[in-house]
Amino acid sequence: MKYLAEYRDPGLARAALAELRRIATKPWSIMEVCGGQTNTMVRQGIDEVLPAGIRMIHGPGCPVCVTPLEQIDRALAIAARPEVIFTSYGDMLRVPGSQTDLLSLRARGATVRVVYSPLQAVELAAANPDRQVVFFAIGFETTAPANAMSVLRAAELGLDNYSVLVSHVLVPPAMRAILASPDNEVQAFLAAGHVCAVMGYTEYEPIAATYQVPIVVTGFEPLDLLDGILHAVRQLESGRTEVENAYARAVARDGNPAAQKVVATVFEVCDRAWRGIGVIPDSGLGLREAYAAFDAERRFAVSQVTAQEHPACIAGSIMRGSRLPTDCSAYATQCTPRSPLGAPMVSTEGTCAAFFAAGRRSPSSLVPAPTAAVQPVPGSRESQS
Amino acid sequence: MVKIWGDHDLINGTVDFGGVTRQVCLSYVPEVRIGDYVIVHVGFAISQVDEEEAQRTLEILSAMGDLASDELASDVDVPS
Ligand code: SF4
Repeated sequence: MKYLAEYRDPGLARAALAELRRIATKPWSIMEVCGGQTNTMVRQGIDEVLPAGIRMIHGPGCPVCVTPLEQIDRALAIAARPEVIFTSYGDMLRVPGSQTDLLSLRARGATVRVVYSPLQAVELAAANPDRQVVFFAIGFETTAPANAMSVLRAAELGLDNYSVLVSHVLVPPAMRAILASPDNEVQAFLAAGHVCAVMGYTEYEPIAATYQVPIVVTGFEPLDLLDGILHAVRQLESGRTEVENAYARAVARDGNPAAQKVVATVFEVCDRAWRGIGVIPDSGLGLREAYAAFDAERRFAVSQVTAQEHPACIAGSIMRGSRLPTDCSAYATQCTPRSPLGAPMVSTEGTCAAFFAAGRRSPSSLVPAPTAAVQPVPGSRESQS
Repeated sequence: MVKIWGDHDLINGTVDFGGVTRQVCLSYVPEVRIGDYVIVHVGFAISQVDEEEAQRTLEILSAMGDLASDELASDVDVPS
């Protein structure tokens, strides 16, 4: 496929690595925000071939992993209802809730369907007027345009049997939370390319200026990651703290205005709990009042749930970048992709699953223990929308 | 992009993902034409690939390779 082979070219990767070795004079800690980037990084072993001293910290950017347990329990409560056809991206099905997961619920007779696009869920609603079709609208700014469009579409078609269970999260507030944490060790960020394809990168400019960190918009192929790291290290070495775009083939400074417009029509910024991290102010999207009729939480009155994480799971620390999967006593023993105890072992974008797939079993294969921590920023109300 | 059509108010298209084709909503990339490359997320094209930029990045990296080739240590492990 065009621009895939090129961006996986080993010769160019070697050149980028040689250049990195040439310019890196000090140790630096760089966080890749996005779970897709973590996956490429760990599976290709890129973090292990970087010059000594350049440490990658894996960020909280796995959409499935940050969806709060309470929201999964709500999904399970809704999916268990006989009139409901529950629809979701495939990754969500095996994510453990407090008691069970969607896949087990389906085995016990619930109607749970995997969709590739939320528009398929709208089609299902149109085709099944006697059933309630609910779509689990999760993800970062990348999935928000698609999920928002499904609501507009359902409104256009006059469907009263379509609703969305919303658990959208936003990247910039999470980056602020990481940087504001007293034991933060992140010195530069690789920003998630596809989030920026939608939102652009002007939101990151005040973050780079306030916290004095380089932020590099970065793609997902091995060469993209190396190029992003190169940009970040160049800035760190020369004391610059700018927002740079190393993914210009897909990202424009202002992003995709058509997509932003639809997102802003349907959703508004709200506080959001991140699984393993806690509530981060203004870090999520919820339905606007005008679209409240499509809110599955209201339709099925499932706002009150109490959730319980598996006691062995340290997913919270892993999401904050403060511990690694190999620090978890259940990792690769009780907890595997076939029988996951926590969300990061389910999604391919989860750090635990990426470590498992790459065959990392012992702490010896790891970079020095990172201790950066993400904490909710109390009282920070700068708007991120 | 191999095919584009309108369906109600949505613009749809067929995208070839290296051999596998899929229907994709194009409402967010209204300027896309057949033969263009797009970035697709959950059934929606969210961005059109700028081929000039794609080429430019590769050229910069290649130039780095030319400069580095003399001193390039053969012990550099390359991610495959
Ligand atoms: S290995 Fe499993 S139990 Fe341990 S932190 Fe990861 S998801 Fe949780």
